[in-house]
Amino acid sequence: MSDAPIIDVHGLTKTFNGRAVVDHVDLEVKRGEIVGFLGPNGSGKTTTIRMICGLLKPDAGDGTCLGLDILKDADRIKLEVGYMTQRFSFYEDLTIRENLDFVARLYELKPRGRIVDETLARLGLANRQGQLAGTLSGGWKQRLALAACVMHQPQLLLLDEPTAGVDPKARREFWDEIHELAAEGLTVLVSTHYMDEAERCHRIVYISYGKVVARGTVPEVIAASGLHTIVVKGGDGAGLVRKLKGLPGIEQIAPFGNDLHVVGTDERALAASVERAIAGTGATAMPDATSLEDVFIRLMDQSTDNFAPAEQRP
Amino acid sequence: MKLHRFSVSRIVAVMLKEFIQMRRDRLTFAMIIGVPIIQLVLFGYAINTDPKRLPTAAIVADDGPVSRSIIAAMELSGYFAFTGSGDGFTTEAEARAMLARGDVNYVLTIPPDFERKFVRGETPQLLVEADATDPSATANALGAFTQIVTQGVSTVTTGALGGMKPGGAPVDIVLHRLYNPEGITAYNIVPGLLGTILTMTATLMTALALTREIERGTMENLLAMPARPYEIMVGKVVPYIGFGFVQVLVILLAAAVLFDVPMVGPMSVLLSTTTLFVAANVTLGYTFSTLARNQMQAMQMTFFFFLPSMLLSGFMFPFRGMPGWAQAIGEVIPLTHYLRVVRTVMLKGGGFADVAPNVWPIAAFLAGVAAIALFRYRRTLD
Ligand SMILES: Nc1ncnc2c1ncn2[C@@H]1O[C@H](COP(=O)(O)OP(=O)(O)OP(=O)(O)O)[C@@H](O)[C@H]1O
Ligand SMILES: [Mg+2]
Repeated sequence: MSDAPIIDVHGLTKTFNGRAVVDHVDLEVKRGEIVGFLGPNGSGKTTTIRMICGLLKPDAGDGTCLGLDILKDADRIKLEVGYMTQRFSFYEDLTIRENLDFVARLYELKPRGRIVDETLARLGLANRQGQLAGTLSGGWKQRLALAACVMHQPQLLLLDEPTAGVDPKARREFWDEIHELAAEGLTVLVSTHYMDEAERCHRIVYISYGKVVARGTVPEVIAASGLHTIVVKGGDGAGLVRKLKGLPGIEQIAPFGNDLHVVGTDERALAASVERAIAGTGATAMPDATSLEDVFIRLMDQSTDNFAPAEQRP
Repeated sequence: MKLHRFSVSRIVAVMLKEFIQMRRDRLTFAMIIGVPIIQLVLFGYAINTDPKRLPTAAIVADDGPVSRSIIAAMELSGYFAFTGSGDGFTTEAEARAMLARGDVNYVLTIPPDFERKFVRGETPQLLVEADATDPSATANALGAFTQIVTQGVSTVTTGALGGMKPGGAPVDIVLHRLYNPEGITAYNIVPGLLGTILTMTATLMTALALTREIERGTMENLLAMPARPYEIMVGKVVPYIGFGFVQVLVILLAAAVLFDVPMVGPMSVLLSTTTLFVAANVTLGYTFSTLARNQMQAMQMTFFFFLPSMLLSGFMFPFRGMPGWAQAIGEVIPLTHYLRVVRTVMLKGGGFADVAPNVWPIAAFLAGVAAIALFRYRRTLD
């Protein structure tokens, strides 16, 4: 296939009760890319993903997914897309195997028995295949859901917080597998709240209250934020925070273990204020790279300010 | 990958899934098999269709040998047991209140001048009012009443008033069946029961089919996969038709064993029309579930449909006795036609040709609700 983008949507808008929860979102994802979709709770990630795979009708905007019109060709898009919902939405009163069988039949997979067997084996669930899905632990449910949505070998994976509640080892395995699949040409759009996962993506898109407010590679997003960070080590943490608060140039203070991350846009004012605050406390200050998390917290603070009135509407 | 227009595999997928879920849902499963059996056992054993010694009040305005022997004969028959103070006589107001309260099933009224008119051969009136809300409770006693009175009177004519001429009706018996004029018989109840149980359970089961998916959150997944509306509909409806069929067999078997209800006509006609009737109700339930937002709404719709089905189909009231508008509504309801079919086949021995006029309205209903379901099926989560 050509280099045409796998997802290419423009001006996607969805309004619930008069409030635009997704507001003119443009999104372009190329083949083989892993794109992280980030944003605070309620920012419209799930809603955007649902519009891309035809589960919600956009109020405005258009575009293509796998070269097919998202407004007209939802049926064909569904054949080639694996969508993993945020909430576990397989049948809890069916066994693991019955769930996979159901999916395999819906996609008309052949030979069904073997494909299901292989999926079970890869998951490591072969000897628990007769267990009801509802009795699985949270993390295992996620893994079952993921297995079910890649079974038909889709070209595009839309994953909505696939690793929520999954232990670190399983998460690492999951991301290794995602990267392997991407290397073979699978495209992935994955929403997450984890910073380490964002850093594992080729590119991230940050959405806030329905609007994309940052996008690019992780270094690009950090650079674009214009933030500078000084790490303060030692000293009396709580006392220092009190001292630092409100000083010119200091916009964000976050404790990380025994350290404090002090963040601001005006590099010079930031440095001067920190110097003043730590004088005589025995603490040391050192400029450091701004972390993605600091950038996100910054983005969240900004957009809450802008959208607070809208959010408070019933 | 190709998207087939119509995929057997996808229909089978949904069917199997529904079937497994239904089987695991013990309560529903028990209900499907249990409800018809319980109903039939209740009708078959607990509810005595020839009850004896039913409480009776007497308003006697003219006490004499004739009225006394009539009352004695009534008691002797075993059907009537007179209640009330002392001699068992009550005032009119009291008797009427007792009848309304259900304390007595009958009120016997012997009017003033009864004895005198009788002796003169003027054929006096004798009024019996019966509480026919439960017709099976009163039907037999009323049926036997004329004979009981004749017998009672004959003891007088051959005894104390021995000189009287026989011949002609000595007494003009007036029967008033109150509250339910049509007197439904057990034969009428079994086909009706068959139809109403199916209307209720079949519709309710599928009414929950989609709303359950929505409430459990599985709808999002189902919609994200390539299943088409008609595939989901067929896949969800067919297992319940099968279940309805099991119910039918249970009811018919029990009806034959418990009631000796005759099966005059061909079984094939009954079973094929029954399948159609079940399909109509199951599809209606599915349609409800495409319209309802949650299970509560789906259930309310089912009950809302159930009520006119009971009232206007001819199950409760004689169809021809209803006003025109009620008949018009009744003609739309599948149960109306199904009742006619069952009576025609089971009791009158009718074949396909006889039931055809009542088969196509059920088929039309089925097509109509299926079309609504496909039209209303929400393909998105909006
Ligand atoms: N069906 C709906 N009706 C009304 N409002 C809705 C509906 N679905 C979502 N919303 C609202 O739209 C906004 C965005 O929701 P969405 O689920 O897309 O957020 P999200 O970014 O996925 O959040 P999270 O990180 O918590 O999953 C929220 O304010 C939510 O309340
Ligand atoms: Mg979400």
